[in-house]
Amino acid sequence: MAIELFRIDDRLIHGQVVVGWGQPLDLTFIVLVDDEVAGSEWEQELYRMGVPPEMDVHFDTVESAATKLAVYQGDHRRGALLTGDIETMARLVELTGAIPRVNLGGIHHRTGRTQRLRYIFLAPDEERSLRTLAARGVDVSAQDVPAARPLPLQEVLSGEGNR
Amino acid sequence: MSEAERTLPRAIVAGHGEFAVGLVSAVSQITGRGDAFVTMSNRDMSANDVERALRDHIDASGLEVIFTDLPAGSCTMAARRLLRERPAIVLVTGTNLATLLDFVFHTDVPASQAAQHAAERGRAALVVTGAPGGY
Repeated sequence: MAIELFRIDDRLIHGQVVVGWGQPLDLTFIVLVDDEVAGSEWEQELYRMGVPPEMDVHFDTVESAATKLAVYQGDHRRGALLTGDIETMARLVELTGAIPRVNLGGIHHRTGRTQRLRYIFLAPDEERSLRTLAARGVDVSAQDVPAARPLPLQEVLSGEGNR
Repeated sequence: MSEAERTLPRAIVAGHGEFAVGLVSAVSQITGRGDAFVTMSNRDMSANDVERALRDHIDASGLEVIFTDLPAGSCTMAARRLLRERPAIVLVTGTNLATLLDFVFHTDVPASQAAQHAAERGRAALVVTGAPGGY
């Protein structure tokens, strides 16, 4: 059981996560790792309002998530861990060394980023971070919804996923 | 329909994919009053982009009623963020066709009030037939 999905998505909790992944994976808890959200009651309430009542949401900083990851992994239920950017996930991987795979679910357009997929835009330093994650043995792939084919990082960076 | 007969927009409909365009298309087919809505999709947009687009729609139109689809959807999240700074906004989530149809016919009351009534009508339109507990 434990955490079934480690996802980078700049929308954090939204329809694709709660319904698109939540239903088929039978997710009953979400770990939202974001230093800013973890420090804001208002932001936390906003995200809590977006999930069904039977779904728990845990809000963590990178440090607290790293400390509690083993507990989350030992949960008998299924969960998802979300970060809003690559840097946050990379820090978590660095601190724990216990994240086997990372799903790229939504990194949208911003100045300095290049489009790699319809839903993935990356800056050069972000590409380097993802290559570093892969070099550490983390299985990095892009997949916005479960019905889509997961695209390996190499395919994402080569732009083959757009063809 | 002449320009004079066109309905002025009274609300924004926002959601995933073609949700808004599709629902408003159905409203037009049934009532001819699809002009009552401004539509918006969150397709391929970041949370910041969705919030910016919704803010732009509100600023451009002055509308204060927003209909969205999922409670967890990024349009809903963006609308809730805007609500914090603009308390006059009314947000209806879980919007269905019955909701919008009711809304377009209540032009004699403020849009915010019509939205409240429409939400009740939309909720009542969800009926299970032929299953245990249905009729």
